[in-house]
Amino acid sequence: MGFLNAIPGAVAQGLIWGLFAIGLYISYKILDIADLTVDGSICTGACVFAVMLTHGINIYLCLLAAFAAGAVAGIVTGLFHTAMGIPAILAGILTQLMLWSINLKILGKANLSISARKYDVLLSSMDSVGSILVALLFCAIIIVGLYLFFFTEVGFSLKSTGDNEHMSRAQGINVDFNKVLGLAISNGIIALSGALLAQYQGFADINMGRGAIVIGLAAIIIGLSISLKIKPNFVVSLIGVVGGGIIYYLVYTFVIWLGLDTDLLKMLSALVVAGFLALPYLKKKYFTKQKIFEDAKTAQEKKNTEEVSENA
Amino acid sequence: MLKITNLHKTFNPGTVNAKKALNGLNLTLNDGDFVTVIGGNGAGKSTMLNAISGVFNPDFGTIEIDGVDVTHMPEYKRAKYLGRVFQDPMKGTAPDMEIAENLSIAARRGTRRRLVWGLPKKERESYKPVLAKLELGLEDRLSSKVGLLSGGQRQAVTLLMATLKEPKLLLLDEHTAALDPKTAAKVLEITEKIVNESKLTTIMITHNMRDAIRYGNRLIMMHEGRIVVDVSGEEKSKLTVEDLLALFSRASGDEFSSDRAMLG
Repeated sequence: MGFLNAIPGAVAQGLIWGLFAIGLYISYKILDIADLTVDGSICTGACVFAVMLTHGINIYLCLLAAFAAGAVAGIVTGLFHTAMGIPAILAGILTQLMLWSINLKILGKANLSISARKYDVLLSSMDSVGSILVALLFCAIIIVGLYLFFFTEVGFSLKSTGDNEHMSRAQGINVDFNKVLGLAISNGIIALSGALLAQYQGFADINMGRGAIVIGLAAIIIGLSISLKIKPNFVVSLIGVVGGGIIYYLVYTFVIWLGLDTDLLKMLSALVVAGFLALPYLKKKYFTKQKIFEDAKTAQEKKNTEEVSENA
Repeated sequence: MLKITNLHKTFNPGTVNAKKALNGLNLTLNDGDFVTVIGGNGAGKSTMLNAISGVFNPDFGTIEIDGVDVTHMPEYKRAKYLGRVFQDPMKGTAPDMEIAENLSIAARRGTRRRLVWGLPKKERESYKPVLAKLELGLEDRLSSKVGLLSGGQRQAVTLLMATLKEPKLLLLDEHTAALDPKTAAKVLEITEKIVNESKLTTIMITHNMRDAIRYGNRLIMMHEGRIVVDVSGEEKSKLTVEDLLALFSRASGDEFSSDRAMLG
């Protein structure tokens, strides 16, 4: 029965990580950049939000500030990459490391409580069903917003930047600006998910972003493996990604309920993601070869029988 | 129209791999010129187009388009003057986007992209007759992802994208070299149609001497980063492949025989 009781909580957390995964989708899938800033910017969002909230600032302003802080982190990574020529993956790592210090400075300590008992927060682990509704609302707003954005002229140019940089430049698109813009939006959404996560947990913590990108990738991979089979379009993909987050957390909760050592969870997550990322490559390498080999074999056999019949 | 003055470019300077790709290139194009460019590997043909497009900064010299000095203008800003088609059919289109979306991006070349609908319904419909001109049946596949098209189809779409918003200068970099002969002929036919219709000033690199003679009103031959032969008008229309080979040996002082420019 323990597992059933844990389902609403898992769904709520899955939705929050689904929002994170939507942010990651923009860099990973649309811009085709593996952006490691996210491990830091989710924490930045939580820190900015928690500190402002404890200073009595309006909660919606706190959320807005969290988004803005994440966007700035994305801009820094973007400028490292485009203006200074640092490979994207390293640019993200550098910003992530910087954010560790910055987050500590923002928070002032390693952990800051924003318990629902003391503060009027939007969601909390004490009210899973309410949290689900709030998280769902946030996901819906962001999905609709992104849908509208990515069908504008600017949105098209952002998509084409990730799809074919060469063509984009030839068509007069400033790809450097677009990468910075995309990373800003991506990390803004991710910081927003951090603000939601802090509320749900009841605290902001300096360690809360560690390995976040792996959870996000898992959500994207799980989500797309389902949604691409249903309909390969943008909105369905984003909904799928959120669904992927929920599935990830349901499985996560389930294996904990089974009594798995929680120390091993990060390793297992990483292994699962590694497996899924390797799948297309392995499929291509081993399964196509076998097929070619078999085709060749049947062709050879056919030839042999023909020769035999000719001889006869 | 286009004026290139004393253009120099050395790649990997100061190393054993140093390569003088452009060596005092001068070229002036008149409005409506359709120039075909031939020359051996490493003659600087593609480098010249890339210099015009702004892929790199030249070491010395200037490039003017319609009286505007573009020598140091960034590539994406210069794009408003230029239509470009590349040798690699994969380079000119965004594979994960629809045909109509690709065209809509091209239609906005040189204008500031705004936060307004990127492809209104009316505009989508307007691409049907444009695609129909290609006679490839693409007008019924507006919403198909470009990645699903064949190399020839993609090259035809790229050509359309390069000319949808009329460029001051159309740059074709061996744009049929990666296609099979039949498709290449078809794409060349489309090219000629589009260029003639709008009287576009065009530079077309080709390694096919017959094509170089057949198309355009002017032919230039490059060797070691500069132009060694420049014929136009009547003189050009009388050229034969043998003439070209002779011209080349005389201009460059060595044999042209082992080069792939012999092909065709």
